[in-house]
Amino acid sequence: MTARGEMVMEQPSEDTLKVILSGHWKLGGELPGADKVQQTLEARPGVRNLVFDTRELVHWDTGLLTFLVNLGTFCSRQKIRLNRDGLPPGAQRLLELASAVPEKTDARQAAEGVSFLTHLGNQTVDFFRSAGEMLEFLGDTVIAVQRLLRGKAQYRRSDLGLIIQACSAQALPIVSLICFLVGLILAFIGAIQLKLFGAQIYVADLVGIAMVRLMAAIMTGIVMAGRTGGAFAAQLGTMQVNQEIDALKTLGISPMEFLVLPRMLALGLMMPLLCLYANFMGILGGMVVGVWMLDIGFIQYYNQTAAAVNLWNLGIGLFSGTVFGVIVALAGCLRGMQCGRSASAVGDAATSAVVTAIVGIIVSTAVITVLCNFLGI
Amino acid sequence: MTEKEAHITVRDLTMAYGDFVLMRDLTFTINRGDIFIVMGGSGCGKSTMMTILIGLKAPAKGKVFYGEVDFWGADPPTRAQIIRRAGVMYQSGALWSSMTLAENIALPLETYTDLSPARIREVVKLKLALVGMAGFEEFYPSEISGGMQKRAGIARAMALDPEILFFDEPSAGLDPVSARRLDDLILELRESLGTTMVVVTHELASIFAIGSNSVFLDVSQRTMTATGNPNQLLAETRDPNLRLFLTRGEKS
Ligand SMILES: Nc1ncnc2c1ncn2[C@@H]1O[C@H](COP(=O)(O)OP(=O)(O)OP(=O)(O)O)[C@@H](O)[C@H]1O
Ligand SMILES: [Mg+2]
Repeated sequence: MTARGEMVMEQPSEDTLKVILSGHWKLGGELPGADKVQQTLEARPGVRNLVFDTRELVHWDTGLLTFLVNLGTFCSRQKIRLNRDGLPPGAQRLLELASAVPEKTDARQAAEGVSFLTHLGNQTVDFFRSAGEMLEFLGDTVIAVQRLLRGKAQYRRSDLGLIIQACSAQALPIVSLICFLVGLILAFIGAIQLKLFGAQIYVADLVGIAMVRLMAAIMTGIVMAGRTGGAFAAQLGTMQVNQEIDALKTLGISPMEFLVLPRMLALGLMMPLLCLYANFMGILGGMVVGVWMLDIGFIQYYNQTAAAVNLWNLGIGLFSGTVFGVIVALAGCLRGMQCGRSASAVGDAATSAVVTAIVGIIVSTAVITVLCNFLGI
Repeated sequence: MTEKEAHITVRDLTMAYGDFVLMRDLTFTINRGDIFIVMGGSGCGKSTMMTILIGLKAPAKGKVFYGEVDFWGADPPTRAQIIRRAGVMYQSGALWSSMTLAENIALPLETYTDLSPARIREVVKLKLALVGMAGFEEFYPSEISGGMQKRAGIARAMALDPEILFFDEPSAGLDPVSARRLDDLILELRESLGTTMVVVTHELASIFAIGSNSVFLDVSQRTMTATGNPNQLLAETRDPNLRLFLTRGEKS
C-alpha cells in the first residue's frame, strides 16, 4: 500500500475519545493533522479522556511525534487527560524525554510588536548611542596613534606588512581598470561638448585636473571601501565571534593598537601611492580618447596636461586620498569591533562598513572642496 | 596548609543580559591555591560568570573583590593590571586565527617579558608539550581539531605562569585519557606554582578528582544553592537538584 497514515476516531464511552492510528506515520508522507482531533474534541465537550489504539500502526517517526506533541499541548490547555498507554513504547519514551525539561518561558523577552512611537524612540536613542560610540572609537584611535608616536604601541610588524600587501599591490589591477575607464569616460563626455567649440585640446585639461584633484582619490577610496573596508570589518567581526578579541583584552593587549592601528597605518600610507598610480591611469584613459578619437598628438596632449595640472592639484588629491584611506580603515575597524556574535552580524558589519566608508568619503570630499574654495586653492 | 587567604570574593552578584536575569545573590569565596569548580546545568550562566570575573562584562549588581580590591569599582587601568595576572582559556578556544600556535603562545611572552626569541621558543615548546601537543608549533588553529584547539588554548593561558587560571570547560571534547592528563596538569600546577584555578566543568570525574572548592548554580532557583568541597557536598547535600547533578541523574 502507499505510505499513508490513517486515523479513525471512536467514542467508546461518554467521556472518552479513542484515536485509532494505522499505516505509515512518517514525516513527508500524507498525515492527518492534529487539528482534526482538536475539532472533534471541541465539538464534544463531554470528552475528558483521550486514548490511543496503534495496533495497526506499521511504521512511525517524527511525523507521529509532532502530531502527538501538538495534541498534548492542546489537551493540557483544555484539561483533557491524554493517556499514552496505547502508543508504541518507543514513542512513549521519546515523549517522556521531550517533556522532561519544562519549556523555558522567561528566558527571552519575546519580540512583541512595538508601536510606531516606541520604534521611533528606540531608533533615536540608538542613533545617539551609535554617534557616541563612533566618537569614543575616534578618541581611542587618537590615543593609539599617540602611543605609536611615542613608540609604545603593541602590534606585530609582520601583520602590518601583510595588510600593506593586501591593500596595495593586490589592489592594483582593479584600481587600474576603474581609473582608466573613469578617465576614458570623462574624456568622452568632455569631448562631445568641447568639439562644438573646436576646443578638443582642453579635454586634456579636463581629464587631468578632474582626475588628479578629485576623481582618482574618490574612485580609489570607493574601490578600497568595498574591497578592503569590508574585509577589515569581516576579519574583526569574525575575531569578535570567536572571542579572539576578548582573549586580547584579558591579556591586556589593546585591540585598538594590535588590530586597528596596523590597518589604519597601512591604508593611510598606501592610499596616496595608490592615488598617484590612479592619476596616471586616469590620464592614460583620457589620452587614449584624445589621441585616437580627437586626433590630438601624443606630445601635444602630454604638454597640455602638464601645463594644466599644478602641484596644488596634486597635493589636494593626495591629501584627500590619505584622508579617505583613514576613513575606510576606521569605518571597517569600527563596524568590525561593534560586531555581534553571529554569522549574520559579520555580514551586517561588512555591509555597514562599506556604507559608512562611502558616506564618509563623500562628506569629507565636500568639506575639503569647500575649504579649498575658501582658501582659494 | 596555612591559614586560607581569600583570592577572589564574590558578593551579592547578580548577572543579567538586559532585563533577563540569569542568576542573583551569588556570594562565595575562592581561596588562594583553590581549585574552584563552577558547576551547573547547561545554559545556567557559568560562562557569563567567567566573563564577569575576568572583566569583560559588568555585573548587574554586586561586587567582585580580588584580594582587597573592588574589581568592578576600580578604574579600567587597575582592572587591566589585575587581570594581567590571570590566564584565561575560553570555551571556544579563541586562539588568534591569523597566527600559528607558536605565535599564539609567544604573544603574551613577547608582550610582557624580555625573553629572547630563542628562550621564547623553548617556553612555547614546553607549554605545548605539557598539554600533549608537542610538534604542533607551526600549525594554524584552523588546521587542528576542536579538542586540540582547546588544549592549545590552555597552553596559551599558562604561557605567563599566571597567578589565577580560568578554564571554561577544559575537558569537554577531549578523550578520557587526555582529560585525565589535563586533571593531572591542573593538580600539578597548583602544587608546584600555587596557582589558583577556576574551572567551569561538567565532568564529574574531574570535579571529584581535582575540586577543592565549588559553587553550584541552580537554574530552577536562579541562584547558587551550595558551595564547598564537591566530595563533601555529595556526602552531605539534601538538595535534590544538586544530588541529581552530582550523581549524573542516576537514582540511588
Ligand atoms: N550575548 C547574550 N545575550 C543575551 N543572552 C545571552 C547572551 N549570551 C548568553 N546568553 C544567555 O545566558 C544564558 C547563559 O549562558 P552561558 O553561556 O553563560 O551558559 P553556560 O552556563 O556557560 O552554559 P554551557 O554549560 O552550555 O556552556 C543562556 O541561557 C543564554 O541564553
Ligand atoms: Mg559555557
